[in-house]
Amino acid sequence: MRLPLAIGMSLIAATFATAAHAKDWKTVVIGMEGAYAPYNLTDSSSKIVGFEPDLVQDLCARIKVECKIIAQDWDGMIPGLQAGKFDVIMDGMSITDERKGQIDFSAPYANAPAGFVAAKDSPLAKLASNGKVFDLTKSPAEAGKALDELRAALKGKTVGVQVSTTHATFADAHLKDIATVKEYKTTDERDLDLKSGRIDAELDDYPILAAVLDQPDSKDYAIIGPQFAGGEFGIGVGMGLRKADADLTAKFNDALKAAFADGSVKKYSLKWFKIDTTP
Amino acid sequence: MMSLDFIWLTFLRLIAALPVTIEVWFLSILFGGFVAACVTWMRVSGILPFSLFARLFIFIFRGSPLLIQLFIIYYGLPSIPFARHSFLWPFLREPFYCAVLSLALCTAGYTSEIFRGALAAVPRGQVEAARACGMSGFLLFRRIILPIAARQALPAYSTEVISMTKATALVSLITLWDVLSVALKIRNDTLITYTPLLIAGAIYYVFNYILARVFVWLEYVVSPHLRRRVY
Amino acid sequence: MLGFGDKGWGLALIAGALMTLAVSLTGLLIGSVLGSLIAWSKLSGHKVGATIGDAYASLFRGLPELLVIYFVYFGSSALLTAVGNLVGIEGFVGVPAFAAGALGVGVISGAYQAEVYRGAYLAIAPGELEAARAVGMHRLLMFRRIIVPQVLRYAIPGLGNLWQVALKDSSLISVTGLTELMRTAQVGAGSTRQPFAFYLAGLGLYLTLTFVTDRFFEAAEKRATRGLKRMHG
Repeated sequence: MRLPLAIGMSLIAATFATAAHAKDWKTVVIGMEGAYAPYNLTDSSSKIVGFEPDLVQDLCARIKVECKIIAQDWDGMIPGLQAGKFDVIMDGMSITDERKGQIDFSAPYANAPAGFVAAKDSPLAKLASNGKVFDLTKSPAEAGKALDELRAALKGKTVGVQVSTTHATFADAHLKDIATVKEYKTTDERDLDLKSGRIDAELDDYPILAAVLDQPDSKDYAIIGPQFAGGEFGIGVGMGLRKADADLTAKFNDALKAAFADGSVKKYSLKWFKIDTTP
Repeated sequence: MMSLDFIWLTFLRLIAALPVTIEVWFLSILFGGFVAACVTWMRVSGILPFSLFARLFIFIFRGSPLLIQLFIIYYGLPSIPFARHSFLWPFLREPFYCAVLSLALCTAGYTSEIFRGALAAVPRGQVEAARACGMSGFLLFRRIILPIAARQALPAYSTEVISMTKATALVSLITLWDVLSVALKIRNDTLITYTPLLIAGAIYYVFNYILARVFVWLEYVVSPHLRRRVY
Repeated sequence: MLGFGDKGWGLALIAGALMTLAVSLTGLLIGSVLGSLIAWSKLSGHKVGATIGDAYASLFRGLPELLVIYFVYFGSSALLTAVGNLVGIEGFVGVPAFAAGALGVGVISGAYQAEVYRGAYLAIAPGELEAARAVGMHRLLMFRRIIVPQVLRYAIPGLGNLWQVALKDSSLISVTGLTELMRTAQVGAGSTRQPFAFYLAGLGLYLTLTFVTDRFFEAAEKRATRGLKRMHG
């Protein structure tokens, strides 16, 4: 009984999940979590604001469509896209080859370096590489040196990352053999564990870490140690679209190119992230 | 469509997480059963402070969602500085122990109600007859009350034990990666939504199916008086 | 912060608790329809009916609740969209969050309620049914006047337990986006960075719901068994 049922259920799921429909784009619906500050967050009047809402309204004006942003839990993000509840996902989602099997990505619109938050007196603060950014792809030699230094400082420590992020991939590749890597479902829970002392440092991208330090009880913590880009961190975050909607992806890519050229993306990045994250 | 390779690799990764699910489940059933026995004893002891404590315990752990209990025990307790500096901290620091602790307390709330119902169902005549034969104290409990009560409790207890395998799926909240959360992780990495969840579902289903069979067999063993006699 | 003022989350939490109550209650009712159908199919003695009933019960008792709720929510929305597209409605047709949540809770509850009803039906003395037939009651009247009142009497303690379970299963439906108590607590915790306060408030409200509804089930049990008391008294 159970095997035919499972097969039946997956067939039904597959049939309905891939139901797509071509249309000429007048309105485009964007799905966001509304809880991934400062990429996107919900303000006190329950409106979704942040870097991604600003950027997408700009892009939509360029391709002359009306954009509607709706909130969606991460758990329902992909089913929602595939069922047509919305047409674009923008949720600080990193572009990876593995994910390209299921959906299409636009060109990256942000690529922030990754760094660590730890207590101000952590040994990371004394490293020579403290505060510098290293590109794992473009200058592997220097980055490798910084990485060695980092590994020595983190030996025997516990590092917290959010599950299924490029940071988790990086920690898996470079830190797992010398430190304990703990994976959290959300960044909120990881921040709690940093403050209770269960973890010694957390690894995430710069805007997220800056938001952690904005919390009221973060005065003993700082962004310290080396920062990294490239390598496991990939090419950055992009919009996720259905594979059937290649026309819409192309439109957004053209609009992104124009927005990079006239400095709009940089403007939003400085407004929300305080640093320039254009890829 | 999905490649068989992906299904097989997903299956292997999920099976690799099965020990976490089973360890948390088994230990919390074990300690939960022990706590439940104590709470049941307090509840029926006739000593007022004890029975009040038992009522409060059952009310709190039966009346609130496990997710909240888990959160308060793991993330909440460390925010009390006392807990962080006490001898308990090395224990509370570990997600595994916190998971077992909170699942055990939660199941104890339900289980002690099951035990109490089973004790109440022991016919008074049986106890009187045993007393008339001169049994008392522990002997009476061991030979008369326990076997009858255990038989009464078994159906409801089996349901509780089976739901506990599913309750372990919540422990990823505190960074323990059990079968269901590994399935969700694979989904996040690959964005393939249904296949990992279906495989996880199948694993839970098979495990619980075996468990249910074991309980059917146990019920058969402890109720010889209901079997048809073979002469 | 947990107050009732402009910036307070008090009202939101209470509204969440009422939503939890509403969705659990609807779920319990859906479950009672499903549960009695399954109990009937098992008791009917038809082989096919009994097999379907067994499969349903063992499937939904064996799968994690979270998984069932995922599939009910995404499955029903995908189904509705497909049907909508067939009849010419463009784009996405979503199942309302409330309906999807209640259906998820109900589908699970039904699997357990079936056993409660079956046990309660078997506890009815066969003589009562024979007597009802003997005085010429037709099936519907017998069901309404003889079976339902007695099944309910025997089923109330079991239903009380399942109500507790439904109340707590409803804390897993935040995936549908319904702002019930658990989600309100989570959103509040995330927005104010004070998770401990919000989860404690959630705990208090869940316990209040439990306390109030427990009293209700106690009263119902007392009322349903008032005939039995007289018999023994």
